Amino acid sequence: MGSVNATVAPPTESNVILSFRTFGAIVQSGFRRYATYRQAALAGAVTNIVFGFLRCYVLLDAAGAAGVAAGYDRAQIATFVWAGQGMLAVILLWGWTDLADRIRTGDVASDLLRPVHPVTSYLATDLGRAGWACVSRLLPSVLVGPIFFDVHLPARWSTVPLFVVSATVAVVLCFGCRFLVNATAYWLQDVRGPQLLWTLGSGVLAGLYFPLPFLPDGLFMALQLATPFPSLLQIPLDVLVERDPPGVQAGLVGVQVGWAVAILALCRLVQRRAERRLVVQGG
Amino acid sequence: MSGRLRAYGALLGAQARSQAAYRASFVVDLVGNVGATLFDVVTVLVIFGVTRELGGFTLRETLVMVGLSACAFATADLLVGNVERLPAYVRTGLFDAVLLRPLGALPQLLLMDLPLRKASRAVFGLAVLLVALGRAGIDWTPGRVALALLAPLAGVLFFGSIFVATATVSFYWTESGELANSVTYGGRDFTSYPVTAFGGWFRAVFAYGMGFAFVSYQPALALLGRADPLGLPAWVGWVSPAVALVAAALAATAWRVGVRYYRSTGS
Repeated sequence: MGSVNATVAPPTESNVILSFRTFGAIVQSGFRRYATYRQAALAGAVTNIVFGFLRCYVLLDAAGAAGVAAGYDRAQIATFVWAGQGMLAVILLWGWTDLADRIRTGDVASDLLRPVHPVTSYLATDLGRAGWACVSRLLPSVLVGPIFFDVHLPARWSTVPLFVVSATVAVVLCFGCRFLVNATAYWLQDVRGPQLLWTLGSGVLAGLYFPLPFLPDGLFMALQLATPFPSLLQIPLDVLVERDPPGVQAGLVGVQVGWAVAILALCRLVQRRAERRLVVQGG
Repeated sequence: MSGRLRAYGALLGAQARSQAAYRASFVVDLVGNVGATLFDVVTVLVIFGVTRELGGFTLRETLVMVGLSACAFATADLLVGNVERLPAYVRTGLFDAVLLRPLGALPQLLLMDLPLRKASRAVFGLAVLLVALGRAGIDWTPGRVALALLAPLAGVLFFGSIFVATATVSFYWTESGELANSVTYGGRDFTSYPVTAFGGWFRAVFAYGMGFAFVSYQPALALLGRADPLGLPAWVGWVSPAVALVAAALAATAWRVGVRYYRSTGS
């Protein structure tokens, strides 16, 4: 009957409520797992805050006497920087090698034996992690920023729910990208190369080092539509600082959703191809 | 003494051979490490795309600071950056093995995994500095030539001291994680811009409390022949080697105290 695992042999009678419950349980355990490292979270939050000061001062200075840089006023810049520092940890742009490590050591075999699709279970864990990061990393940043700088608070009621959606989609998308980078380990064993490219590319192209509208308009639009990177950070932050009218904001979130769906589908495809060729060493 | 040097040489040689064994990975690492510094420079260029001045300094003037900072940080990262791994050594108890050997603990830590792949970055940092110095229209005097040679070296010593000093925190606080980054990488970002771009107590702490102004800002003022907008006298630009020596002495003290405080995990 061929190989049986979560990917190639889905249960014949799928129980939607049960699978939701499983998903929820994994999310919770992800939250608890990361919430154990409280000291590391404190150290990380302090680091985010230091970089918040650094970036905020430089970008505010770039806005100069006119007080506007690439369409952002001073308050919008402050919000962009401080929320961005918090979001960086929530989407976890860097430093996730769990899957690659498990592939290299062969531990991934036990993931394949579980009755939950690997992409789904890793995503659930990651959502739990992101939830903890909201409390431990995003909250300190957005609380400290306004103490020292005038920040832009959302003026339209619709912005807040839209930002929550946008940030959630960004977490899912970022997870998908990280999953793909890690999954190259199925073929390469050592993922340092792909990891390095991802680290370099994502920082610049996601809008962490500077807001992407600082680039020429055409380049910014091309990046925003043709690559997933701005959907990770730039778009959620633009939604939060209300750079565009509500219609455009919703459209940008639509672009994000498109990328998230595409990348997750690619994750499942890659996972299936990988399982066909994976040979786990040892007994 | 010569036996000890031979031992360090053997450690370094083994590292070089093992890292070059996987040629493709090594080349990817070499290229990727240039990318990190390249993007730091690109960031400055992009920011100058929306403004003509940063903290009252033009792009050409700022690039001298970027060059000094990139050159000093990348070289210090190559030579001493490895000490970042200290928290892992403390947590796993591997530091016990380091202490048991009849060689200095710090040199061993640095040579146990000397990241030769970062050499490309140091070379790139130096190239940025040379280009920036060439294009800044500096009125060269013998004194300024000497400063242009000494300031990057002082910067390397300073950043090296910062790496060691921040790593010692993990002797007391094993889970300090990224905390050291806020001063090391934060310092790199801080020194890439004129001090005048920052404000308030944040500037006071980073620039003069921790001394980062002496890595790039003050020497750049002296090289460019500009008066300090913050009102410090002109000779301050020339004292960065002395500041670096003080930083090194403090870092060495912090290291000794930390090693003495260290208690093994016992496993």
